[in-house]
Amino acid sequence: MTADALSHGAGRGTATDVDSLPEDSPFGADTVATAREIIARYPQSRSALLPLLHLVQSVQGYVSQHGIAFCANQLELSTAEVSAVATFYTMYKRKPCGEHLVSVCTNTLCAALGGDAIYDKLRTHLGSEDKPLGHEETSGTPGEQGSITLEHAECLAACDFAPVLQVNYEYYDNQTTESAVDLVDALRRGEKPAPTRGAPLTDFRGVEYQLAAGFDTAAEAVGGPSASAATLRGAQLANERGWTAPAMPDNVDLPPAPEKK
Amino acid sequence: MTLAADRNHEGELEVPEGYVKLTIDGLEVVAPQGELIIRTAERLGIQVPRFCDHPLLDPAGACRQCLVEVEMGGRPMPKPQASCTVPVADGMVVKTQHTSPVADKAQQGVMELLLINHPLDCPICDKGGECPLQNQAMSNGRAESRFVDTKRTFPKPLPISSQVLLDRERCVLCQRCTRFSNEIAGDPFIELLERGAGQQIGTSATAAIADEAESAANTIEGKPFQSYFSGNTIQICPVGALTSAAYRFRSRPFDLVSTPSICEGCSSGCAERVDTRRGKIMRKLASNDPEVNEEWICDKGRFSFPYVAAADRVLRPQVRNAETGKLEDASWTEALRVAAEGLTAARERGVGVLASGRSTLEDAYAYSKFARIALRTNDIDFRARAHSAEELDFLTAKVLGTNPETGVSFASIEQAPAVLCVALEPEDESPIVFLRLRKAARKSGTKVFHLASWTSPAVTKTFGTLLPAVPGEEPKELDHLDSAVRDQLSAPGAVLLVGERAAEVPGLYSAVARLAESTGAKLAWIPRRAGERGALEAGALPTLLPGGRAVADAAARTELETAWGLEAGALPTEQGKDTADILRAAADGELGGLLVGGVDPDDLPDPALARTALRSAGFVVSLEVRHSAVTELADVVLPVAAAPEKDGSFVNWEGRHRPFEIALHRSDGATLPDCRVLDTLAIEMDADLFTQTPKAATEDLLRIGYAGTAVAAAPNAQPSEQPTRSKPNQAVLATWRELLDGGSLQADEPALAGTARTRCVRMSANTATEAGLRKGELAVLSAAVDGGGEVRLPVEIADLPDGVVWAPGGGEFGKIRRDLGVGHGSLVVLRGGGSQA
Amino acid sequence: MTEVDKLTPVLTKRWLSPNSWTLRTYEQLEGYTALPKALRGSPEQLVQLVKDSGLRGRGGAGFPAGVKWSFMPPNEDKPHYLVINADEGEPGTCKDIPLMMADPHSLIEGCVIASYAMRAHHCFIYVRGEVPHCIRRLNAAVAEAYQAGYLGKNILGSGFDLELVVHAGAGAYICGEETALLDSLEGRRGQPRLKPPFPAAAGLYAQPTTVNNVETIASVPYIVNAGADWFRTMGSEKSPGPKIYSLSGHVERPGQYEAPLGTTLRELLDLAGGMKDGIPLKFWTPGGSSTPLFTAEHLDVPLDFEGAAEAGSMLGTTALQIFNETVSVPWAVMKWTEFYKHESCGKCTPCREGTYWLTQILQRMVRGEGTETDIDTLLDVCDNVLGRSFCALGDGAVSPITSGIKYFKDEFLALCESNRAKGASQTEPALAGAGS
Repeated sequence: MTADALSHGAGRGTATDVDSLPEDSPFGADTVATAREIIARYPQSRSALLPLLHLVQSVQGYVSQHGIAFCANQLELSTAEVSAVATFYTMYKRKPCGEHLVSVCTNTLCAALGGDAIYDKLRTHLGSEDKPLGHEETSGTPGEQGSITLEHAECLAACDFAPVLQVNYEYYDNQTTESAVDLVDALRRGEKPAPTRGAPLTDFRGVEYQLAAGFDTAAEAVGGPSASAATLRGAQLANERGWTAPAMPDNVDLPPAPEKK
Repeated sequence: MTLAADRNHEGELEVPEGYVKLTIDGLEVVAPQGELIIRTAERLGIQVPRFCDHPLLDPAGACRQCLVEVEMGGRPMPKPQASCTVPVADGMVVKTQHTSPVADKAQQGVMELLLINHPLDCPICDKGGECPLQNQAMSNGRAESRFVDTKRTFPKPLPISSQVLLDRERCVLCQRCTRFSNEIAGDPFIELLERGAGQQIGTSATAAIADEAESAANTIEGKPFQSYFSGNTIQICPVGALTSAAYRFRSRPFDLVSTPSICEGCSSGCAERVDTRRGKIMRKLASNDPEVNEEWICDKGRFSFPYVAAADRVLRPQVRNAETGKLEDASWTEALRVAAEGLTAARERGVGVLASGRSTLEDAYAYSKFARIALRTNDIDFRARAHSAEELDFLTAKVLGTNPETGVSFASIEQAPAVLCVALEPEDESPIVFLRLRKAARKSGTKVFHLASWTSPAVTKTFGTLLPAVPGEEPKELDHLDSAVRDQLSAPGAVLLVGERAAEVPGLYSAVARLAESTGAKLAWIPRRAGERGALEAGALPTLLPGGRAVADAAARTELETAWGLEAGALPTEQGKDTADILRAAADGELGGLLVGGVDPDDLPDPALARTALRSAGFVVSLEVRHSAVTELADVVLPVAAAPEKDGSFVNWEGRHRPFEIALHRSDGATLPDCRVLDTLAIEMDADLFTQTPKAATEDLLRIGYAGTAVAAAPNAQPSEQPTRSKPNQAVLATWRELLDGGSLQADEPALAGTARTRCVRMSANTATEAGLRKGELAVLSAAVDGGGEVRLPVEIADLPDGVVWAPGGGEFGKIRRDLGVGHGSLVVLRGGGSQA
Repeated sequence: MTEVDKLTPVLTKRWLSPNSWTLRTYEQLEGYTALPKALRGSPEQLVQLVKDSGLRGRGGAGFPAGVKWSFMPPNEDKPHYLVINADEGEPGTCKDIPLMMADPHSLIEGCVIASYAMRAHHCFIYVRGEVPHCIRRLNAAVAEAYQAGYLGKNILGSGFDLELVVHAGAGAYICGEETALLDSLEGRRGQPRLKPPFPAAAGLYAQPTTVNNVETIASVPYIVNAGADWFRTMGSEKSPGPKIYSLSGHVERPGQYEAPLGTTLRELLDLAGGMKDGIPLKFWTPGGSSTPLFTAEHLDVPLDFEGAAEAGSMLGTTALQIFNETVSVPWAVMKWTEFYKHESCGKCTPCREGTYWLTQILQRMVRGEGTETDIDTLLDVCDNVLGRSFCALGDGAVSPITSGIKYFKDEFLALCESNRAKGASQTEPALAGAGS
């Protein structure tokens, strides 16, 4: 498949080094080093683009033109190619985000179970009755403690816990308008209530860094709760009633390989 | 793959090897394996509507306009298929909108969906009247839209570049433009942005990405994306989404007079269409010529026509007033009389002819004949650039008389297993060759090698391999090629491409000839200018007569004397002087006069010498399109027609004859082709050229015929001693002319100039450090020998050998040759010049 | 065949164990016992085993996994890749994320076996980006597996090498489509590719590639250990094995219920304590929002690939979103259509423009400004999108609309009635969402 492999940026020379960062670049040598590590994970460097966009977002709290240029430089892509990718995915924010990103699932099922009400409540609560906060708008000043960017999200794959919301993509399950208001108030006070499922809360940029660079494998983070009641209901019920899958026989041989035709 | 495939005695279609038989709308057809249904249908005369499909782009299947029903092995496929993505197969049954209600409904449905968000601004849209969407909406759409809700709107237009404007509301997102940029040009400067219904075409600058620093992408990155081919996106846009900044709102298609023509911009001889309106060129479009430029032309070819209407056009003959020293308008009769008298008088001491590399074959022939008959000299040379005697031997031995059948063609590049470019930066110096090299690499797996000093964009975009060489050492590198490279170049069909810059490196043409001999690779010479190859065939050279005859060959001279109706022995026998020698002789006062046809002294190897020559020559006649450094010093200036104003032909680098007609009929009739002017001038000098029109010149050329008797041994010149870097701040210069550098054909087109590459001087990190320079700082270049000026350019770091710098040959801020008097392989002095302004 | 229990925890069995995500727990509970067995066999034997088991893709399409594996070239002329589709995003679907959080090693063990069977030395797990905790667990598990020699060079002394990279997406439902996922993994916009070439011929980096769902691959170690016959003791002939059914919405006890394929909603509802607060069932999706709606009529449809299809829908991801009588169908359909409009990649006309148009009509209808003609237009536009789009997203997008109108046309007509009657007084919407 020469055509496809070749049609896009094969061999665009060598990656740039730290010295090539412009003087006003918000990205330092450590970011370059992290970028290099990420790129090294992949057989082809361009695969590192999604992680690198998470990386620049972890530095600036959003993907800026500087961030676009940084990724383009690291991967020897054109800025148009990077912009094309950055604007495709919803997790890349084009405006500075708050300390926390609150995502309320308003897909049908969550919405029917209260997700729409939660989102509407948070809009006016974080904004005002007259000027409710819009999608991807921020209450407070990005970069300052307690600032919150609000968004409505599509299905977050936690339908058994509906309605759900996420703070920095950590799950807060079975929410109500009241619990959601309490949650954002706590965030605004600088508190970090523990997610229902997830690691102890950090901030948006911290999680973006983890998404880019790999995860904190510290026991505390990894061990954060995961399986709430709904997750385990089937297994629990089976356990209670003594239901199991048919017993797995021991010493079953692999079938012979089919004869070569 | 003809429609009239043979039928056997039972009346059945014969299916040759590699072909399949299928049925489309009840008609049996034989098609080559792999052909897409949409194209087979087209050959049958069945037009399936389409937007994203383009025969030269990879299939996308994005617009879904070309849905048809397909049956395989008697089983209908469950969904209608995009006929632009499905190859034909044996026994396939295809039903298009003509025979399938399902296909018809699907097409009408897609058309309606395409139109729900399309603005109804056809009356003010440039595309109106030549718009595939408009046409297909009429043929395959529904009369009334059911859409009553809110249309998508965008601010418009957005500049994609200084040449191309984007109207996102009109866009149907067929992605032809982005696919062209990615696949054909290799310049992904334009991309899809956003997604879903918000998806749009754009650049990094148009993307909705906030920034504290204005247009940071352009300043930080240091490489705003420019393409030499962006104009093609305008032409292939099937709606009015991409429009030309220069053409926007200027005309309606039905007001234009269109003339098929040949581009005068370089030696590829691209087929193009010139659209004029009321005596002005409004635009140029690429014509479809599969053998040469396919459907593409470069932006220089497309946009650089305003020079024809430049304010400094020479439209009246002028004669220098001996008393005031000023040029004054004169009648043709007067001017020709003065010119003839002057040249006749000067002829005693000798008149040199500096012909142009941009002449048509017919004009070059007229210069060639004029020199021999009217001026009685072989002192003629079309090479208004660096040149050498070695080159003359090379051209005679290896290039003269070749044609696409016997030599290298665009097609043979595409089929070559390997191509080596020597002294040729294809993207800058022959853009359509570059596109073909890229296509060869992408589609045929051709291995492209570039013997050059750094990994230029063309090396990358042809998926090429750089064979690094210090300027001047190219012959040595060729003689000692890596055996793996040599093996690939020894494969049948391998091709060597050599550019005119080889003349600047002594021994390089010889080394190229040796390599061709030893590998068996086919060899082609690719000059930059449109007229060089024709001028070679026309004998506008000191050693060659028209039709491949040698000056030194008495029999050839006799043959020509007979053909031309001259007395025996009338033709000069002595080998003539080349451009450099003519100039030197003129400067030394050894020549009585000069006849100069469209030459810019700054292109010549020694611009200072050229100026001195023009001043010292007793009598100078200039045939020119526009006022120039030559007309400033000429005694008589005779206006001549620009290429679109005359008919004639170019011979492209392949040796392919490219005739064209007059595209622009000037209402004032002020200009005549060079061959006509020379013909009349000759008559004033009692000589008859029979070139009163280009057609007459052609007939005369045909009449004398192509002899091809001029033979020469391949040159075997030795490389000269490499200049040694005696001081640490000295560097060897690598240079070539960039495609867009303010050259004389590019005048008065700011939109085109806006996409020129950023001028800079390139060097290795070590060289920069040694000179105390950093990326972005201004470097000052001056000649290593005394005299000459300076050129200041910002520094870019690239993979050049240490001690070598590259700078663009032309351009407002970097006329290396004019200001420094140096060329490729010369020593220059490099120093810091302060930080970037 | 002997009677099988109502719930058959296989994949979900370990989830109850403390620290189920750790290597320690996994190894204590027979983890990584299938791997050495697999590595002793040949790739051909493993492909045959998975074929024999009848394991069908758990990502929605239900393609036989063993057959898919057999499309990979039987040599190593080019690098091969295994890519795990963990881009769980189909509305209602919430099985893979809990699986990866609770038992990441079962997926990793499956990855190593599958990679070995397909001669891949590079495996990627493409996880949607919005689930950092899941990615965290996966990364920790991958690190543990490397440490223990289950990944990396010369795995368990077999000579087989495998690199495994967990790759975070960035928010795009379409990346669940396998070729869009591959483009995304290559650092591009996640837009589907033209097929052919199919991934097995030219997938990731244009090399032979197989894309499999999380649940599919996590099933493999059990099949290796217990054999194809054991796997077939659950489910039906054509749809064998256990399956995680995800119940959500108006049920008393939503959650993950692993049961043999072919279980009915009636049985599952029974296990889940019935409808929430006893309010009757109105409509449900058998396998995510892209599968046509079912109603109370379909309570006894066997939820396997054949059963769901025969009843006019698809098994999809066995994501059962259950809605009671308080929910307006046009409103639910509008919400889903808004989702598809948001997630349409934009590549092809029918899906891009169709969802744009359908959304506006539905929004207008739900606002009470629709007409009966709009219902016809909806159906006709759906007809112009269904089977006309580049990939299945367009087909999925019209499923809720066409099935919604099929079963609940009265509700759509009622909205038009209210439009006709408008002007006098704004009546309270009878159903949640309607008129909001």
